[in-house]
Amino acid sequence: MSLRSAHTCGYVLSAPTGMKNSKILPPATHSAPTCAISAIRQAKAVEIALSGDWVLDAQLPPLEPVLAQIETNAIKKIIFSTTALGRWDSMLVTELIKLIDYASQKGVAVDKASLPASIQGLLTLVSAVPERVDAHRDQAQTSWSQALVVSTGKAVQHSKEMLIFVGEMIISTFATLRGQAHFRRQDLWLYIQECGPSALPIVTLISLLVGLILAFVGAVQLSLFGAQIYIANLVSLGMTREMGGLMTAIIMSGRTGAAYAAQIGTMHVNSEIDALKTMNLDPMAFLVLPRMLALIIIMPLLCLYADLMGIIGGGFVTVNFFDVSLTEYLDRTASAVKMKDFIIGFVKCSVFGILIALSGCMRGMQCGRSASAVGDAGTSAVVTAIVFIVVADSVMTIICNRLGI
Amino acid sequence: MAEACITVKDLTMTYGDFVIQHDLNFTINRGDVFIIMGGNGCGKTTLLRHMIGLKAPAKGDVCYGEQGLWQADPKARQQILARTGVLFQSGALLSSMTLAENVALPITEATLLPPKKVREIVSYKLALVGLAGFEDYYPSELSGGMQKRAGLARAMALDPEILFFDEPSAGLDPITAKLLDDLILSLSSALSATIVVVTHDLDSIFAIGNNSVFLDAETRTNIDGGPPQKLLHESKHPNVIRFLNRGDQTEQNSSNRQMRSPA
Repeated sequence: MSLRSAHTCGYVLSAPTGMKNSKILPPATHSAPTCAISAIRQAKAVEIALSGDWVLDAQLPPLEPVLAQIETNAIKKIIFSTTALGRWDSMLVTELIKLIDYASQKGVAVDKASLPASIQGLLTLVSAVPERVDAHRDQAQTSWSQALVVSTGKAVQHSKEMLIFVGEMIISTFATLRGQAHFRRQDLWLYIQECGPSALPIVTLISLLVGLILAFVGAVQLSLFGAQIYIANLVSLGMTREMGGLMTAIIMSGRTGAAYAAQIGTMHVNSEIDALKTMNLDPMAFLVLPRMLALIIIMPLLCLYADLMGIIGGGFVTVNFFDVSLTEYLDRTASAVKMKDFIIGFVKCSVFGILIALSGCMRGMQCGRSASAVGDAGTSAVVTAIVFIVVADSVMTIICNRLGI
Repeated sequence: MAEACITVKDLTMTYGDFVIQHDLNFTINRGDVFIIMGGNGCGKTTLLRHMIGLKAPAKGDVCYGEQGLWQADPKARQQILARTGVLFQSGALLSSMTLAENVALPITEATLLPPKKVREIVSYKLALVGLAGFEDYYPSELSGGMQKRAGLARAMALDPEILFFDEPSAGLDPITAKLLDDLILSLSSALSATIVVVTHDLDSIFAIGNNSVFLDAETRTNIDGGPPQKLLHESKHPNVIRFLNRGDQTEQNSSNRQMRSPA
C-alpha cells in the first residue's frame, strides 16, 4: 500500500515558457502502474502531456488543476503530447472525454490529431452518435401521494386483469363443455400424476405434524380438567373441517401453483402460446383447464389423506403421552366426526384447488417476456394463492357457522 | 396479372400511444415469396403479428382475398387463419411434447383422422424438412436449426396456402441458413404456397424473395416495395439502397451482391 502511494504521480505544471514538457517516467522497480498528466502553457495554447501507464488499476492524478489551467488563461487551443504515454485503456479515454467536453464548453479547440490514432478512433466512435437526451430513465423522486395514486391505479388494473382472466376461463370452460375447444386427455393424466401421488410424501409429513401439534396444544388445556379424552374431538374436528384442507392447500400452492405459473410463463417467453393461437387452439382450454381440473379432482383426495394422517399424528401423542388408550381415542374420534365435517373439508379443498390453479395459471399467462418475469410470476402465484385461500377459508367458515353446520 | 392473396390496407400499428408504423399499403400475390424487410425495431415482426391474427390493428385491416381479417367475426377469422401456417423465430415448439406430438397437434385439432393416419402425416412432414426418424425427440434435444425445421413441419402440417416465417435465418450459421432458404424455395414451388418472410438477412432476401416491402424506421411507413433485385438498382430511396447494400452506397458493393446471387 505504501509502495503504491509512494509512486503516485500527480499533476505537474511546468513553467509557462517551457518548450519541453517534464516527462515523468515510471520508476523501473515499482509494480503498481502510474500515470501523470501535465499542462504546459504555450502561446495561446496549452500542451497537455500524458505520461506513464493510464490503466484501470493506476492511481489517477487529479484533473482539476489542468482544467483550471485551461480556464484561467486566454487559451484557444489544446494540444496533446503523448511521447511518454505507456499502456492505456478506458481509464485514459474517459479522462480525455471529460477534458474535451470541458474544453468545448469553454470554447477551446482541441487538437485531437496530436493523440495516437487508436485513441482518435475511439473518440470519433464515442461522438459519432449524439447522446439521446431523453434516453436516461427518469429517476425523479415521487412523493408518497403520487406513489399512492400510482399503486391504486395498479391495484385497479390488477383486479381488472383478474376479472378478465376469470371471464375468459368461464367462456373456455363452456366452449369445452360444448365441444368447441379441447385439451389433450393425456395432459390431464400427467397433471393429475404431477399434483397427486408426487405430493403424498410432503402432505404426509406436514399433516402428521399438524395433528401432533393440535393434540399437544389441546392436551395442555384439556388435561387441566382431566378431559384428555376430548383431544380426540379436537384433533379430528380440527383436521377434517379446517387444518387438513388448509395445510394441503398451502402445500399445493407452493408446490403446484408456482410450477403452473413457471410452466405457462416459460411457454409465453418462448412464444409457444402465440403458436397455439395460430394453430387455432385456445390456450385457456388447452393449458389452463386441464391443470385446474387436475387440482379440483386431486385436492379432496389429498385432503382426505391429510385428515387421516392428522388423526394418526394426534392419536400418537394422545395414546403415548396422555393416558388415553387407542380404542378410546378411535371410539371418540368416530363419534365426534360426522360425514358433514368431511364434506365441508372436501368442498373447501375443491375451492382451494380452483383458486390455486387460477392464480398459478393467471400469473403464468400474464408473465412478461424475460427470465426474471418468469420468476416473478412464480412468486406472485404463490402469494396470490395463499391470500385467496385464507380469505376464502374465512368466508366459508363464517358461512358454515351462520348456517349452523 | 397475378391474383392478390393478402392486401394490407391503411394498416396502422401501435403499442399504447406509440405508433410503430402507419398507413401501410401493399399487396402480396398468390405464389409470391414475399419479403417484409427493414431495420431492427422497425416493426416487421409486429406487422407479422397483425397478419396472423395475434394483434389487432389500431387502424386499417389485413385482407385475405376480399375478406378483412379484423373486420370478420372471430369464427370467420379462425377460418381465414386455418389456411395459414406460421414458423416463429424460435420455432415455438411446445417443449413438453415430442416433435411428433407437436406436428400432430394442429392435425388432431382440425381433423378427425385416426391416430395411425395422423402419425403417417407427421412422419411425412418431418421427412419433408429432413427430420425423418426424430419423431420421439423432445425439442430441447435438438439444435436450433433442427428446432426451426421442426417448427416448419408443424406450420405445414395442414398444407396451408400461406406460410409465414419470422426471421427464419436468425441464430443460424450461414450454411444452415442457406439450407433453410433452399427448403423454403423448394417448398414454395412444390406446394405452390404463398410465402411471407420477415427478415433482414440480405443473403436470404436476394436468394428467395421475388417481391418485397420495405418498412422504414424513420418515416414509419412502407416507403418502397417490389422485387429485391430491382429495388437494389432502381429504388429512389437512399434508406432502401443503403439497407440492401449493407450500409454501403458504392457501385462496387452492389455489383458484388449481383455476382453472389445470380437468382
